[in-house]
Amino acid sequence: MHEPRSFRIFRVVVVVVLGLFTLVPLYVMVTSSIKPLGDVQGDFTWWPSHPTLSPFIDMWSTVPLARYFVNSLIVSVVSTAFSVLIAIFAAYAVSRYRFFGRRIFTGTVLATQMFPGILFLLPLFLIFVNIDKTLGFTLLYQTRFGLIVTYLTFSLPFSIWMLASYLEGIPRELDEAARVDGCRTLGTLFRVVLPAARPGVIAVAVYAFMTAWGEILFASQMTNDATKTLSIGLQNYSTQINVYWNQIMAASLVVSVPVVVAFLLLQKYLVAGLTSGSVK
Amino acid sequence: MLVGIWMSFIALTQFFIANWSQAPFVGLDNYKIAVNFSGSIGQALLHSFTVSILYTVIVVGLAWVFGMSAAAVLQNGFRGRGGLRTLFLVPYSLPIYAGVITWSFMLQRDNGLVNHVLVSNLHILGSSPFWLIGNNAFFSMAIVALWRSWPFAFLMIMAGMQSIPDEVYQAASVDGASIWQQLRHITLGMLRPVNVVLILMLFLWTFNDFNTPFVLFGATPPPSADLISIHIYDNSFINWNFGLGAAMSVLLLLFLLVVTGTYLLITNRRSRRA
Repeated sequence: MHEPRSFRIFRVVVVVVLGLFTLVPLYVMVTSSIKPLGDVQGDFTWWPSHPTLSPFIDMWSTVPLARYFVNSLIVSVVSTAFSVLIAIFAAYAVSRYRFFGRRIFTGTVLATQMFPGILFLLPLFLIFVNIDKTLGFTLLYQTRFGLIVTYLTFSLPFSIWMLASYLEGIPRELDEAARVDGCRTLGTLFRVVLPAARPGVIAVAVYAFMTAWGEILFASQMTNDATKTLSIGLQNYSTQINVYWNQIMAASLVVSVPVVVAFLLLQKYLVAGLTSGSVK
Repeated sequence: MLVGIWMSFIALTQFFIANWSQAPFVGLDNYKIAVNFSGSIGQALLHSFTVSILYTVIVVGLAWVFGMSAAAVLQNGFRGRGGLRTLFLVPYSLPIYAGVITWSFMLQRDNGLVNHVLVSNLHILGSSPFWLIGNNAFFSMAIVALWRSWPFAFLMIMAGMQSIPDEVYQAASVDGASIWQQLRHITLGMLRPVNVVLILMLFLWTFNDFNTPFVLFGATPPPSADLISIHIYDNSFINWNFGLGAAMSVLLLLFLLVVTGTYLLITNRRSRRA
């Protein structure tokens, strides 16, 4: 297609402006993570006076980062596992069977996306505190288990919806062929439908993991020193006497890299999953 | 959620946390306090509401413009297109707190990049301003939120553009339409259904945004950046008045329902007429 000069100029402007806007914070994060402490306390410098890897070592001792890391990992992995498992069954039911309340179900799922988290935080807080009081020991409030339950409640609806729209795209003839070959419902699901739906399942898993890994609002009230996750734990670097910006940047980098890499590697599936429902 | 609505009717304060069923029933008193705009609590709520609206309009508007421009220029292949696409998606895939913490470092008064560039490199400003307190906090917060949310607009618009058949553009080219005319008349028109959903999602996320101010400023942001979610949070967990916080949440929910309902009604009717 012929592109006039004005469009080319427009393209250069857009690419440069948005590219810089996106890139500069990432650049700051990476370069600051290899700066000695003196560099991040004085005037800003574009390049470390002498690059050092010590922030990556010191960050583990300034705050109990390893503990936060383990907490985040447990909470994210377990809630992802349950999210995927439950979503598989639920999505299969929604996409293959017609039952009463099916439309209401999908409507409700979309509605939960709309409500602010703060609306759920207060009741959940009270419910957790009171269940614990009735039980006589802390099962939910400020425990990892409570956090897992919480994250499940809001990653599950969207996971089901995403996976269901993926399963819709898998031809029903496949199910029927499996049935003719003697598979029962569960056999059909696990041996035939799921292998075909692998990209969808991966997308759901990454989505659920990212949700749990980056959640802040609930983690800020529903955790204590022992169960704190990374999203809240990283703020502890700035409550010390010194603000260890170089270590904060190093820690941010370490917690981001796995998620970003996973997202970028799987972006094809994820983008399809995220947009399928809304573009249709 | 029903518990939340019930909570809004009782005077649940720090005295009753342990046995909340005994908190006195006060009917609509919490609501009366919340919407009494001459009282200090009502006034603060109204202020927070205004800030949220302003914030939402700026962030959603710019996010859409950025996303649309980027999707438009990346539509036709050129070298480095795939790399740029990936780069643009990084802020969206970053854990929220990691991205926002980096911004808060950049916005520090004495050792941040922003003041370094503005004051020392470009000499636009004579003295270093504070970006994270006072009125500047609002703009800082909006820029950070924009950085995070425009890639999502980009993603959705790009996916929408791919579903527009090439034949339409070819036909338009044959008829002598310039690329600008094609963008205006074909792309924008065909993207309408995507935009309707996109704007709604961006609106809901931005209006309810809690993460950006919380990571940038901590639990008590400066008044200029007091978004509604964090305002409710403060009333509940800092002032320990859960009943009032719940009443505000219910009001927020009603507002969102009305706005979303009206929006969907208007956009549906228009698309039916078209």
